[in-house]
Amino acid sequence: MPTVEYKGKTFEVDEDGFLQGGLDAWCMEWVEYVKEQEGIQELTEEHWKVIKVLQDYFKKNGVAPMVRILSKVTGYPLKKIYELFPSGPGKGACKMAGLPKPTGCV
Amino acid sequence: MAEIKKHDTPMVDELKGGPWPSFVDDIYSYAEKHQKQACFDLMGQLELSYKHKETHWKHGGIVGVFGYGGGVIGRYSDQQEQFPAIWAFHTIRVNQPASKWYHTSALRKLCEIWDHRGSGMLNTHGSTGDLVLLGTVTEQLEPIFFDLTHQMNMDLGGSGSNLRTPSCCVGKARCEWSCLDTQALCYDLTMTYQDELHRPAFPYKFKFKISGCPNDCVAAIARADLSIIGTWIDDIRIDQEAVRAYVGGELKPNAGAHSDRDWGPFDIKKEVIDLCPTQCMHWDEKEKKLYINNKECNRCMHCINVMPEALRPGTDTGATILMGAKAPILEGAQLSTVIVPFMRLEPPYDNLKELIEKTWDFWMENGKNRERLGELIQRIGLNRFIVDILGLKPIPQHVREPRANPYVFWKEEEVEGGWDRDVAEFRKRHPA
Repeated sequence: MPTVEYKGKTFEVDEDGFLQGGLDAWCMEWVEYVKEQEGIQELTEEHWKVIKVLQDYFKKNGVAPMVRILSKVTGYPLKKIYELFPSGPGKGACKMAGLPKPTGCV
Repeated sequence: MAEIKKHDTPMVDELKGGPWPSFVDDIYSYAEKHQKQACFDLMGQLELSYKHKETHWKHGGIVGVFGYGGGVIGRYSDQQEQFPAIWAFHTIRVNQPASKWYHTSALRKLCEIWDHRGSGMLNTHGSTGDLVLLGTVTEQLEPIFFDLTHQMNMDLGGSGSNLRTPSCCVGKARCEWSCLDTQALCYDLTMTYQDELHRPAFPYKFKFKISGCPNDCVAAIARADLSIIGTWIDDIRIDQEAVRAYVGGELKPNAGAHSDRDWGPFDIKKEVIDLCPTQCMHWDEKEKKLYINNKECNRCMHCINVMPEALRPGTDTGATILMGAKAPILEGAQLSTVIVPFMRLEPPYDNLKELIEKTWDFWMENGKNRERLGELIQRIGLNRFIVDILGLKPIPQHVREPRANPYVFWKEEEVEGGWDRDVAEFRKRHPA
């Protein structure tokens, strides 16, 4: 498994750059690191709202929420989520939030 | 350039023999010419898979381009040390032109880009319709996307829980049976629903397919959640002179499709009249005239297929709209079921789009995670879907046969007195 070093921290990631240790390994440095990878200029409160919702939902349910649930809870339409996370809710937001990689027929 | 490493592939090489075009020959000849390590490594890994009888691709893969949530299928080798050139081997879906008509200049340009930035290997085309670029690395995805959009004016196809790339049969471009301009409709729907195609927002995947007639050359009824199949509602056009030419043997039945075997002289009674599923045809031997009771015709296409120069679909054309086809997972395979028996389809197709959007609104709100439309219809019931969700009138054409079991739901307002009953009242008449 490849590792990345960023600001003194070491992260185990898979080929797609998803965090292997899950939420236990998640920290501010990880967010900063993914920010650079995912084409995000500045992290705003809106970004954090999406991240919080994803993490809370995952802690409670053990899976990432469906797109429309994410939209409903945050109040952000899908278009807005792509403005915040250009790679979208899966590859962008879930990765930054430290959730496991989306699977299935993608 | 680094030295090219070729692998021993005895089992794979066996597939160079025989008359069918060999993918092994193709890949090796291309690889030699362009010195593509990815091709040699792919063949090496394939040999290993033949040996082990198992795949050597890792699970999943999440890659893509900014702005889109799909279009690229990420893939990584699980033998990366042995086959470094396919360490990453992502697939890019490129939205194809309707019915896959190309000009060589477009294909040449696309190949130039792909020679330069990818493995050079293609799938023309994926079963959903996309032109598939097989095998590149993550760093090349954005440059390829830039080249496709800026140089080629082409876009990615769909992948993930979204609208997948729509496709259609050849339609009016070169088929005399097409009851609608399948290409125009396919293009219109693709362009109208670009957002739904590029940014997954659905509970699961959703596919459109459009066939010009019930022969269904794009297999819409089997491979699309929304199947659009051309048909007509007036009479089959008969050219009696040409019918007589078939009977007399001057014209070959089925346009000569069975010429490789001697089936005897054409017998209109045996090959057409008696095979008509509704038995609505009559050949008058004395008059030398063909009669069709069009009211009883179910437009199966058989007679038209057999005598294409004598019989043609009617001129009042449109399409049957069917929904729900899917492969077996999870609840079993389904073909699409009739939702609208006949819909006239003319640009800008507002009637069809209204139906699509009603369906999506409900499915997006009520579909479970990874539940195809066909499974949602099964779960809530066809009647509720047609009547309550789409607001259509239930008609006999919606079923092949009425239900055999008596477990019939009634709405409370349909039943006099409603559901609130008092058992004490009942006991007054029927003491325990």
